[in-house]
Amino acid sequence: MLLGPALAVSAILFSIGVGGVLLRRNAIVIFMSVELMLNAVNLTFVALSQQLGPQGQVIVFFVMAVAAAEAAVGLAIMLAIFRHRETVDIEAFSVLRG
Amino acid sequence: MMPEVPASVSLVWLVVLLPLLGFLANGTLSFARPTATRAVSAVGAGVLVAAFVVAVAVAVGVARGAPEEPYVVTYWSWMPAGELSVDLAFQVDQLSTVMLLVVTGVGALIHLFSIGYMGADPGYARYFSYLNLFVFFMLLLVLGASFPVMFVGWEGVGLCSYLLIGFWFEDKVNADAGKKAFIMNRIGDAGFLVAMFLIFQATGSLSFQEVFRQAPATFEVGGTTITLITLALFLGCTGKSAQIPLYTWLPDAMAGPTPVSALIHAATMVTAGVYLVARTNVLFALAPVSSLVVAAVGAVTALFAATIALKQWDIKRILAYSTVSQLGYMFLGVGVGAWTSGIFHLATHAFFKALLFLGSGSVIHALHHAYHATHRHEDAQDVRNMGGLQRHMPWTAALMWVATLAIAGVPPFSGFFSKDEILSRAFTRGHEAPVFYVLWAIGVAAAVLTAFYMTRMMLYTFHGPNRTGDKEREHLHEAPWIMTGPLVVLGVGAVAGGVLNLPHILPAAGWLDMWLEPVTETGALFLPELHLEAGTEWRLLLGATVVAALGIGTAWRLLDPAALRPAAEAPAELGFARVLARKYYVDEIYDALIVRPFVWLSDRVLWKAADAFVIDGVGVNGAAQVARFAGWVGTRLQTGHVGTYVGLFVLGTLALLRVLTR
Repeated sequence: MLLGPALAVSAILFSIGVGGVLLRRNAIVIFMSVELMLNAVNLTFVALSQQLGPQGQVIVFFVMAVAAAEAAVGLAIMLAIFRHRETVDIEAFSVLRG
Repeated sequence: MMPEVPASVSLVWLVVLLPLLGFLANGTLSFARPTATRAVSAVGAGVLVAAFVVAVAVAVGVARGAPEEPYVVTYWSWMPAGELSVDLAFQVDQLSTVMLLVVTGVGALIHLFSIGYMGADPGYARYFSYLNLFVFFMLLLVLGASFPVMFVGWEGVGLCSYLLIGFWFEDKVNADAGKKAFIMNRIGDAGFLVAMFLIFQATGSLSFQEVFRQAPATFEVGGTTITLITLALFLGCTGKSAQIPLYTWLPDAMAGPTPVSALIHAATMVTAGVYLVARTNVLFALAPVSSLVVAAVGAVTALFAATIALKQWDIKRILAYSTVSQLGYMFLGVGVGAWTSGIFHLATHAFFKALLFLGSGSVIHALHHAYHATHRHEDAQDVRNMGGLQRHMPWTAALMWVATLAIAGVPPFSGFFSKDEILSRAFTRGHEAPVFYVLWAIGVAAAVLTAFYMTRMMLYTFHGPNRTGDKEREHLHEAPWIMTGPLVVLGVGAVAGGVLNLPHILPAAGWLDMWLEPVTETGALFLPELHLEAGTEWRLLLGATVVAALGIGTAWRLLDPAALRPAAEAPAELGFARVLARKYYVDEIYDALIVRPFVWLSDRVLWKAADAFVIDGVGVNGAAQVARFAGWVGTRLQTGHVGTYVGLFVLGTLALLRVLTR
């Protein structure tokens, strides 16, 4: 039921997420884009679980938990960086350049 | 079939083991208690005396058994490898018995002499350990029943020679002389190895008995293989026995202690080549061309070295060139097929040359002490600094005169008989090919020179006024009895050694001929019957006497020790004398033709081009440069921008998906 539109929305959301990660320079926005991608995948899992059984929905809960943990860790790193550099512009962090 | 080995002959292992034990004991002492000189003397000389006693017992056993086939005492299988099987076995026959007695007998006397000569040296224990080790290897060389066992001894004596030439290695000249000897010998050893390979290829065996048994059937007389084998063996001999072209190391070997010169570089090791030719007489008899080469090289070396000895001033160098010259005689002997004569001269030479060297050791010892007492730094070996020493050292002078008369070939001293025998055998072969007359004439010319330069050395050393120095003169004195004692024994040998093998026209003649017959008879089958008429033999004996008298007389008339100046005030040599004094510039020629091109090749091509440029530059540094370039390419990917990483990550993921979902 409505599988095609659901997957289409999911694909669009994922692409917006990828574009955000690639194009935006603000680390917070990049984080939000990553969350967008995770949720696009979640939508795919839920949509497909109608036909393939409830395992997909179980995985969605795992993804949410991991995403929450990732957000907590990522934001902590952001805070630490901000304290040092007074910016969250991702272009400014290039110390590991070869 | 191998004969049963008598009990006294089976003791032969003891002769070999005793010096080895002496080496181990003295080697330990040289590290643990270098100052324990009494223990070192007792062990060092004691083992040699004991070895000599056992050697006499072995010789008695051989004399009683008088075996036609050699006694072969096998201990264990050393190299069983496929078709090749080499045993550690000793071959005790008439020839090795003669060498056994010479090595242990003369060796024991020289060890005793060394107690006095080296007593004050800080390296006393090290010296005796090397000397014992040398005797061990020398015995292995003469007793080995196969080429490889002999080769171990052959290499071992070379090692000890190197260690003892460079005994006072703090002085670079001595260390260089040791290296020179080692490298020259190595060239010859390559020949020995090649000969072993060829022998094994042809006969499938390396034991003397087996090779000699097969040789007459395997090789045709004068064939290419046998000629190559014998020439390669002779190359080994020229290295070890200091013949042209590899003789230049021996005069430099005088850098070692004088008893070493007496034992290794006069009496025993350098005669190993003569022993090898006599041992392999069957092979040389089958190769007439090689035998002629041996005889010709021997004769030319005898004359060549004798001319150089005419103008040397260092007493040990005179004796060194004399040794080269006398070794030439031995090779002339074994080259013309007179193997017994070669061994006979080897034995008598061991007596009189060891005596001459030890006597010169006494002289050097006395001068060294005299200069040491007055703190003057003059050359203690230069005859121009000697003169009139017979008043200070009558024993040494008298005994060295005995040896001089022996080497000059004055009847009835030992050298007269042995040298005359070699020359008369060369003369006899002249019937067969006139070239032997030429070799005989060269030998006679060298004999005149021998008498001349030996008389010159004696005149300058012991006669006329003393040139050592006024203050030094009162410090000159005769050596202690531990040094003169061995000289007396050697003197007896130098006088009476001739009775070993008197000419056939005298009563009780040819004893050594008969003794060595079982060893040489197979080789003699391939030679023409040598026979000399009694009249010719008398004339040759008379001629030899005249030759000796001529050399001594000329030297006595021409040379005036009173006119000689000390070394420091000596005038420069002119003309041909200068060429002789500089030894025909052979060292310089070798340096220009071989050493310098070799050094150039090593420096420019092998080091700078091959090693520094190709291996270090292209190989090692090149590999590093390639890795560094690849790394540089990798660093370009690390932009430090998260955007680049994520972009590449996305592209990679897409590519992976493309592949997986195909």
